[in-house]
Amino acid sequence: MAKEFELNEVEVWDGNYATSQALRQAQIDVVAAYPITPSTPIVEGYGAYVANGYIDGEFVMVESEHAAMSGCVGAAAAGGRVATATSSQGFALMAEVLYQASGMRLPIVLTVVNRALASPLNVRGDHADMYLGRDSGWIQIDAFDAQQAYDLALCAFRIGEHHAVRLPVMTHQDGFTTSHKAQNVYPLKDEVAYKFVGDYKPVDEMLDFSRPVTHGAQTEEDWHFEHKAKQHKALMDSRTVIDEVFAEFKALTGREYKRVESYMMEDAEVALVLLGSSVETAVLAAKQLREEEGIKVGIISPRCFRPFPYDMVRDVIEDSPVKALCCLDKSSPGGAMGALFNEISAAAYSTGTRPLMTNYIYGLGGRDFSVDEAKRIMREQKAHADAGHITTEIQQFSGLRGPKLGFFETRRS
Amino acid sequence: MSRGVLSTDKRGMRELGAEEKVGWDEVTQGVALHTFEGSTQSAAFTRPEERAYTDFSSYTATVASWRVVKPVYNRDVCIDCQNCWVWCPDTSIISRDKQMLGIDYDHCKGCGVCAEVCPTNPKSLIMFSEMTENDEALSGWPEKKKKEK
Repeated sequence: MAKEFELNEVEVWDGNYATSQALRQAQIDVVAAYPITPSTPIVEGYGAYVANGYIDGEFVMVESEHAAMSGCVGAAAAGGRVATATSSQGFALMAEVLYQASGMRLPIVLTVVNRALASPLNVRGDHADMYLGRDSGWIQIDAFDAQQAYDLALCAFRIGEHHAVRLPVMTHQDGFTTSHKAQNVYPLKDEVAYKFVGDYKPVDEMLDFSRPVTHGAQTEEDWHFEHKAKQHKALMDSRTVIDEVFAEFKALTGREYKRVESYMMEDAEVALVLLGSSVETAVLAAKQLREEEGIKVGIISPRCFRPFPYDMVRDVIEDSPVKALCCLDKSSPGGAMGALFNEISAAAYSTGTRPLMTNYIYGLGGRDFSVDEAKRIMREQKAHADAGHITTEIQQFSGLRGPKLGFFETRRS
Repeated sequence: MSRGVLSTDKRGMRELGAEEKVGWDEVTQGVALHTFEGSTQSAAFTRPEERAYTDFSSYTATVASWRVVKPVYNRDVCIDCQNCWVWCPDTSIISRDKQMLGIDYDHCKGCGVCAEVCPTNPKSLIMFSEMTENDEALSGWPEKKKKEK
């Protein structure tokens, strides 16, 4: 039996350490991992727990992230509870196998510490790797601080392993700003955490020799479409299970999570939509701006990046008087509008109120996003709302040096 | 062509791809395909024709149409050495109690390895055009070659 790890009611943990503790408490059978900044301490910590007898499981050292995720797929198909961690280039190298994992409906948990993608090479946090995963068929849940990184890693097992879901889950946290920032974290006791996560109940496991099974079969035009559609439906339907697991977690801990977090939206006339550690900055800026200048600002943050919560985004927009919505994307959009702008706009278009939608690209490669800059963007939204139309280009860049850069003007008057 | 050798089993019962095309709601989760109906404790000790193969096993499908040349087997020359059985990459040599019974024409791709490794003189397995009838092939079987000096 694994040894119990003594924990205080409140610990000072960074996001990485909090995540590795959550993985330890989930008592994973196999972790196959390859180190990469800034996620390394997650699996490094996990390896130490294995070595020191806190886990009854296997830690598999591999030669690359492609091999790491391949090892996870094999172990999950065999019938084990499986997890790993990665960032950035490592995530990109995993990309091929991510699609295998979701198509094979293997509930692997991947704790991603978000980091920019080269080139230029960069170890700091932005959302390029998280965005790269958005069509991979995984559930993607975003933590904004270390406590959430811990909580959501525990929830990830419950969600992905639910027999109505059977899909792999990524939890995300921002590189350095969350992964390396120590804060107060309230952990669950080992026994309580494990009871919440529950025993793993595998399906179609290869180690059940009484029912030989083929995993990873080839299909062509005759079958591929049906399997992909079934997978997509499972992902869409996972919304219900995510809501249930979050409700159960709240009952256990008092900490509430929603597929879309919103702050001060009830009376908001303008709002910012953003993800990750910037949410805290934006909420602080919104509170200050409300006090200082009387501008009613709200914040919307999709906790669940996939399945994208169109339903809840629409509700938040329609239940508020918001007139101008600015989506901030922390990833280089590569010849398009930011992904968050596209998703939120699609949801907003099917509301009766249809706010003015704009897009900022910000924070690339770990560029700082300040309270003052958040306030400037909020004031700009107020100007759009007062004018009744977008007064700037639709896509702009925040915190970028050099001549002002922007694309597309509105034709809506 | 007669299937002949073991006529009671589910081998090659259907053309590959001719199965019923069900909708997205009926396909298996994650393309996990079970080989046998129900559970089994003894598949390794049961002869193929006695196993409860599902349609997800290639055992029940025939891919005979992929082949353009085929091996023809001559019992009269065969010494049951099992060389072809060992080398066949598609387990298409049917053998029982170390006695060669014939070719599984539902799964043989016509690669010719069996004929290549056959040690008898003349060979007990020779490749013929798929269009040639087996009886015709057997009636013109070559004579034993004399050893060259």
